[in-house]
Amino acid sequence: MIQVKDISKKYGTAEVLNVDALEIPTGESFGLVGNNGAGKTTLFNIMLDLVRPTTGSITTNNIQVNESEEWKTFTGSFIDESFLIGYLTAEEYFDFIGDLRGMNKADVTSFLAQFEEFFNGEILGKKKYLRDLSKGNQKKAGIVAAMMGNPKVVILDEPFANLDPTTQIRLKKLVKELTNEKDVTVLISSHDLSHVTEVCERIVVLDKGNVVKDIQTSPATLKELEAYFAV
Amino acid sequence: MNSHFLRLEWKQYFRSSYWQTGIALKVIMVFFALYFLVSFLALGIGSFFLIRKLYPDSDPLQVVNTYLVFAFLGDLVFRYLMQKIPIMNIKPLLILDIKKKSIVHFILTKSAFSFFNVMPLFFYIPFAIVLVGQGYNGLGVTGWFFTMLFLTLFNNYVNFLINKNQKIFFTLATILAALCSVQYFGVYDVASAAGPLFDAIYAEPIWALVPLVLVVLSYNANFNYLKTRVYLDDAVKKDVKEVKSVDLSWTDRFGEVAPFLRNDIRLIWRNKRPRTVFLLSFVFIAYALIFFTQEVYEQKMPVFLIFAALFVTGGFVMNFGQFIPAWDSAYYKMIMSQNIKYRLFLESKWYLMVVMTFVLYLLSIPYIYFGLDKFLMITAGAIYNIGFNSILLLYAGSFNRKRIDLDKSAFANYQGTSATQFIVIIPILALPMLLFWIFKTTISFNAGILSIAVVGLLTLVFKKYLMNFIEKKYIQDKYAAIHAFDQTT
Repeated sequence: MIQVKDISKKYGTAEVLNVDALEIPTGESFGLVGNNGAGKTTLFNIMLDLVRPTTGSITTNNIQVNESEEWKTFTGSFIDESFLIGYLTAEEYFDFIGDLRGMNKADVTSFLAQFEEFFNGEILGKKKYLRDLSKGNQKKAGIVAAMMGNPKVVILDEPFANLDPTTQIRLKKLVKELTNEKDVTVLISSHDLSHVTEVCERIVVLDKGNVVKDIQTSPATLKELEAYFAV
Repeated sequence: MNSHFLRLEWKQYFRSSYWQTGIALKVIMVFFALYFLVSFLALGIGSFFLIRKLYPDSDPLQVVNTYLVFAFLGDLVFRYLMQKIPIMNIKPLLILDIKKKSIVHFILTKSAFSFFNVMPLFFYIPFAIVLVGQGYNGLGVTGWFFTMLFLTLFNNYVNFLINKNQKIFFTLATILAALCSVQYFGVYDVASAAGPLFDAIYAEPIWALVPLVLVVLSYNANFNYLKTRVYLDDAVKKDVKEVKSVDLSWTDRFGEVAPFLRNDIRLIWRNKRPRTVFLLSFVFIAYALIFFTQEVYEQKMPVFLIFAALFVTGGFVMNFGQFIPAWDSAYYKMIMSQNIKYRLFLESKWYLMVVMTFVLYLLSIPYIYFGLDKFLMITAGAIYNIGFNSILLLYAGSFNRKRIDLDKSAFANYQGTSATQFIVIIPILALPMLLFWIFKTTISFNAGILSIAVVGLLTLVFKKYLMNFIEKKYIQDKYAAIHAFDQTT
């Protein structure tokens, strides 16, 4: 379970995030939507202890993220391409992350085997550095790396952006599989309302740093969101 | 149209990250630039008189002329290795309402003003002025000077053509090597065969039109070549090299730090700037030769021998260590959100510095030739580098707040440099020199050397405690570093 308490973030006098309370139960697939500058990435960055909140705190599984680093053992994340090591090949990168997550070479190989379809033959065995891959293929590598080592919490910022339609559909399938077990919490932010309503049980809308909607997804959700954003 | 281009160039230059530095650094950069400028001017002015002193019987201009063949061929080889046509910048222009012709003219003209073409002028211009001052025929010197200018530009354009083709390059390099060896072994005097060509231009300046024609021809060849190739899948293409993976499983013996060590090795080998730093550290081994071969240091300033001794094994520690952890700045966020013990991240850097210093130490063994005392100095320096400097630079690294782009060249690159890099020089270099001086003057030479080694050993003994302290500092400063490394100026 992830608990957000009184989180706010100010840069100078500009407040970019202000969330009083938010609870994300274990096993939930949680979607975060909002226009540019709504504070989605900031919230994720605070959850990953990459940015300090001005006030408040976030705890995941009873660990306050800025006090203990234990959350790192069960959290996988991909925010942007700065999470990739550009001068490694995809295989080397997965080996590195695998090493950090206590997987040996055989574990990594069998783990990657299940993503063969997702990779679509464009990631492995390409003899290319990650920095030379296309944006979409970089994203694929980053998303899969975030899922290594059986994480209990997976945080993906804009995972659908830059992906081709086939891969988007495959990613949705992946996310659903991940949350089917009901013990992996998946947090996704997206600008694509239809994707996010399709995979997330719950959707929170941020606007200028504030939670303005908190919806349990139903068949009517997409219409409701479209109506909200069609200003 | 040209004024648009010029304005873009102006902004590109003055808004480049190069200038986004503190005022102190700017002052130092300007100082260095002036220093080099003055040095080259001095060389240009002085060489005439120097040559006249060395070869009193011959005409300095003719002496220079005889070696020009080698200079221009060498220049071409150097350019092939270093200079690329600046074509990537035009990508945003391709979709605008600009004729492809004028884009190509623009990059070709722009390349004429590159560093590689301006640099030689600092020799040719003062040399030409001195020639006129010494009573040489003004018209002749003008012709000669323009020949130099045209040939430099000719090289500039020829290089872009060769750059596409390795075969031509190797042919040229072979020709140069052949000419050099033929000259050296006295088989055939290339120099005096080629020299008269340039002498002739001085005598009949009208011949300077020949190199001008060469420039025009090479420019046109480039123009015709590029005109049809300004496409994203042709000339305007980023080179993607195929990866050659090397098996690094031998690093497994380092246990927990192995994955980091593997990354660091790949970091160094696959990125331009750290690779240059790595290769330069081997050049640093030779640094002490300057000091050890001069009697004056031994007799009057032995403290400078310590300075040199530290550099012999310290090239890597100093050049690599000073930018920890900025080497990893591009993916620092990932490192900070992964299941990583900060300690291991730092330890791997430490191992790397220690192993490299040790390798450099082994390579410095031939210095025994200069006497055991010199070698003891190097040994003490190595111990100091391994013990004290490596730990100190790790600590100093926690103050680094400047991002480094790994793929930029290392030469004259101040990215990542801040006050930290200047302040640490004191304990890194000045402290051992001071220690040596104190113990040498009060006790003995050996005590001086010993004192340096002892400081290194002591730090090594307390390494664990110091690393705890350093680790805490890094964790404490984590957010500031993440924020700073995110700034991509």
